[in-house]
Amino acid sequence: MLKAIGVPSFEGLISNIPKNLRNFKWNIPPGISELELGREMDEIGHANKNFKYATLYLGAGNYDHFVPAVIDRLAFRGEFITAYTPYQGEASQGTLQSMYEYQSLICELTAMDFSNASMYDGASSLAEAALLALRFTGRKKILIPASTHPEYREVVRTYLSFVDAEILRVPMKDGAMDMEQFERLMDDNVAAVILQQPNFFGVLEETHKVSELTHKSGALLIACVNPISLGILQPPGEYGADIAVGEGQGLGNPVSFGGPHFGFFVVKEPLLRKIPGRIAGMTVDKNGRRAFVLTLQAREQHIRREKATSNICTNQALCALKGAIYLTLLGGEGIRKLALLNLRNAHKAHERLLKIKGVQVVFKKPFFNEFALKISRDKKKLKNNLRKRGILGPLALGDFYPELDSSYLIAVTEKRTDDDLKRLVEAIEAS
Amino acid sequence: MTDLSKLKYTATHEWVSLNGKTATVGITDYAQKEISDAVFVELPKEGRVVRKKESAMVIESVKAAFDIYAPMSGKIAKVNDSLKDKPETVNKSPYEQGWLFQIECSDPKEFESLLTQEQYLGVKDSGY
Amino acid sequence: MNSDSQTIFEKHSFNPASWLPKLDGSEEKALAKLPEESVRKSEPHLPSLSELDVVRHFTNLSQKNFCVDTNFYPLGSCTMKYNPKALDAIAASTAYSQIHPYQDEEDVQGALKILYEMQVVLSEITGMEEFTLQPAAGAHGEFCGLLMAGAYHRFKKNKKTKVLIPDSAHGTNPASAALCGFKVVQIATNAKGHVDVEDLKRKLDGDVACLMMTNPNTLGIFEEDILEIASRVHKAGGLLYYDGANMNALVGICRPGDMGFDIVHLNLHKTFAVPHGSGGPGSGPVGVKKELIPFLPFPRILKKGQKFSYEKNAPHSIGKLRSFYGNFGAIIRSYAYIKALGDEGLKGVSENAILNANYLKARLKDIFDVPYNGFCMHEFVMSAKKQKAKGVKALDIAKRLLDFGVYAPTIYFPLIVEEALMVEPTETESKETLDRFVEILVEIDKEINENPQKVLGAPHTTPVSRIDEVTAARQPNLRFKS
Repeated sequence: MLKAIGVPSFEGLISNIPKNLRNFKWNIPPGISELELGREMDEIGHANKNFKYATLYLGAGNYDHFVPAVIDRLAFRGEFITAYTPYQGEASQGTLQSMYEYQSLICELTAMDFSNASMYDGASSLAEAALLALRFTGRKKILIPASTHPEYREVVRTYLSFVDAEILRVPMKDGAMDMEQFERLMDDNVAAVILQQPNFFGVLEETHKVSELTHKSGALLIACVNPISLGILQPPGEYGADIAVGEGQGLGNPVSFGGPHFGFFVVKEPLLRKIPGRIAGMTVDKNGRRAFVLTLQAREQHIRREKATSNICTNQALCALKGAIYLTLLGGEGIRKLALLNLRNAHKAHERLLKIKGVQVVFKKPFFNEFALKISRDKKKLKNNLRKRGILGPLALGDFYPELDSSYLIAVTEKRTDDDLKRLVEAIEAS
Repeated sequence: MTDLSKLKYTATHEWVSLNGKTATVGITDYAQKEISDAVFVELPKEGRVVRKKESAMVIESVKAAFDIYAPMSGKIAKVNDSLKDKPETVNKSPYEQGWLFQIECSDPKEFESLLTQEQYLGVKDSGY
Repeated sequence: MNSDSQTIFEKHSFNPASWLPKLDGSEEKALAKLPEESVRKSEPHLPSLSELDVVRHFTNLSQKNFCVDTNFYPLGSCTMKYNPKALDAIAASTAYSQIHPYQDEEDVQGALKILYEMQVVLSEITGMEEFTLQPAAGAHGEFCGLLMAGAYHRFKKNKKTKVLIPDSAHGTNPASAALCGFKVVQIATNAKGHVDVEDLKRKLDGDVACLMMTNPNTLGIFEEDILEIASRVHKAGGLLYYDGANMNALVGICRPGDMGFDIVHLNLHKTFAVPHGSGGPGSGPVGVKKELIPFLPFPRILKKGQKFSYEKNAPHSIGKLRSFYGNFGAIIRSYAYIKALGDEGLKGVSENAILNANYLKARLKDIFDVPYNGFCMHEFVMSAKKQKAKGVKALDIAKRLLDFGVYAPTIYFPLIVEEALMVEPTETESKETLDRFVEILVEIDKEINENPQKVLGAPHTTPVSRIDEVTAARQPNLRFKS
């Protein structure tokens, strides 16, 4: 090959690189075989307590939902996992059609008009929604309740670091947005109101009232929703959300220490041309056959560059594909059933735990599959007793909300059994 | 048929016709050829104030987005709504049905400093 | 309408969703506790398909895709190298997929060790001081890097509003700069395909926050003046940002940190073998020099003795780019890849990538116009100028390649080359595959001379023929409606 190129050695190909750049020393050990690699990775993995062999009561944005075997079998097919962005549509109909189907499914689930083909995660989707609202309305304020996931609030703040805008935190009352404070802060310089449903505490917010007040001032409503909850909760499109975003992890993706997952981003029609990210559309080929293609590309970075609606290029396609397969496997009746199982298990746990002496209600408002409880027990003892019984979590809320010290956030999905609950009760009682 | 010699032009391929204080603006045949199939026309909001040479709106093709510049200063008085459903009109009839917007000019004298047809053809051929 | 392009909404079979446990009747009681107005009144219109039909549907869809596992995929700037399956197996293992980001530190020491060691090894590879693994993709990394540049200048009370970007740059560069409120100023490329240092000198002033560059540049050519460029930018008080999309050319050969870059982003789904997933997920770690460490996203992963932990306070951090710590599933694949390759293996990556690209360039230079002389690095850009003169464009050649079972190279990028075709073979392709690619292009060139209609009408053998993108954009149909 070197002969064909016309150089005597490889060095001849890179002779234009300054010599002093070539002399560096790096501290990297020699390579190992696949056998040795497997062994080493297993060993490192032993230092992780995984929840296949333990009971997870942690949620807060990533949930232990059951993933049927079909999903990985299909999504990890080489044709999906080793393909890339479908720029050559004719050779990527698999990717494009599944993107279109994903978009359609998310629109149906959320009762919104248009979806993109995925964003990085729920938090960054929320931040991009805020940016869109600021640009679209020309106004300068974003209202976000204190009951929104703290990491999401931080991501929104980071995204808006150099944008001429103000983020106003609406205080919470009884675990949900304080409506009085909300009305007080609302004015006609507010571009958007963010509402997480259910919120960080699993509590249901007053969506209709918030929507009414938001639109009265001419602001946009950005709903940040849990997709599984939409099996029984009213979808954001029906309570007037202009943009709906959320974390898609619960739809067929493993928790995987926080990523990769996907954020969904759906809008009502007037905002279509402003949304970030890739979009697949249905059209025809030159012979009139149905075909799918990337469309409305003129919004994106590779065409608009600094005037693009966002800088996003690579998205979370494979994770969204898993979500689409998962929703297809569920069907409309299935997702309702799944949501009911979550609701039931959580309410059953809530009722049982409150019977324990020293366990008290924190918020009186209704909740979906996650709730906060105050557990007046020695923290160290409680931690040990939970560990002894193989229980991971619940989440100590004092780390996020200092005023909620001694309170814990407990997530209960369809996977939690009566036996799991029994052990959780025992752990608390023993502390 | 519009008499193209009566129109004035910009170096960025817009044509302008002036009627009293109202200027009508569109893109030239050269521009529509460069854009090829227009797929979306993002018209300016009525009432918006524009300055001469400021980007007033965008025409999109499948693979590109083109800024259209206001040839004169003033307020956007009217826009060609028909382009919302039929963006291809810009290609088919750039000087007639494909007009883009009308400006209520703050300084109609700006019209005089625009290019004549002869000047525009000169600029165009020099490969601007 | 082809029945095999029916969407899931147009198919129907009985779906008991029997993989879910049964309801026990007590659900209604819990439902009654929810406020009436918050409850969904009707089921969402999701498809009803049996598991077998779901499997058939998506399996059939997958078979309509070209992918690295089935086809040569020389998509320039995307580094479509082979994705070792061992990496997928490791990432999917229970030890790594069934851990929650909010578990106590002591319960996830394995995960934290991987994140920490990844930070260290990426620093070794790139010559930087510390990395964040939070960004989910290259563009996300660019945004992170520019936020840090902005925070750095703000901290130093510097008033800097501009970012300089070469005209050959990837579109994410100016888009990311705009997101941070910077004004974008373009720098020209000279006739040799390098950043025009004279133009840079003219535009470099005290108002420049940062120069964003990639090396090799998007033409696949090493920026020989990089040391001078770095020196000038630093003298003017600006920072130098490295777009790491082309890192596959430099691994083991030289390092951006040594060239003077202050901020570097990498694309793990390019250089470090994370599969592309039909468009994602990727991962875009960002590395910095010492002065920028305080601005890294929160939390950094720290090591004390043999214990790993999350940093607790970071008053100057830019904040967070996304929830939790990063695309862990992608990061662990790259971690394992780097471990498996080791010192020699990593050096071999770039050596072979450069060799393969130059080999193709040497063999194709008589058929296509290659606008810049000298050797390329891991990719090169050729122009279909000659073919355009005969009425056949880069787009048509790309479509005809599909008929021969080759995924087309990147076309019409970078913008500064007419009828551009950007070819990046990567190091994992054999000489046989490369020779076959050359044969195919020779054949297509012959067709352009003898039977151009065959190329103009391509593709002929793919599941669909040339797609009507104009109608797709004029009359968008973006979701299924019965």
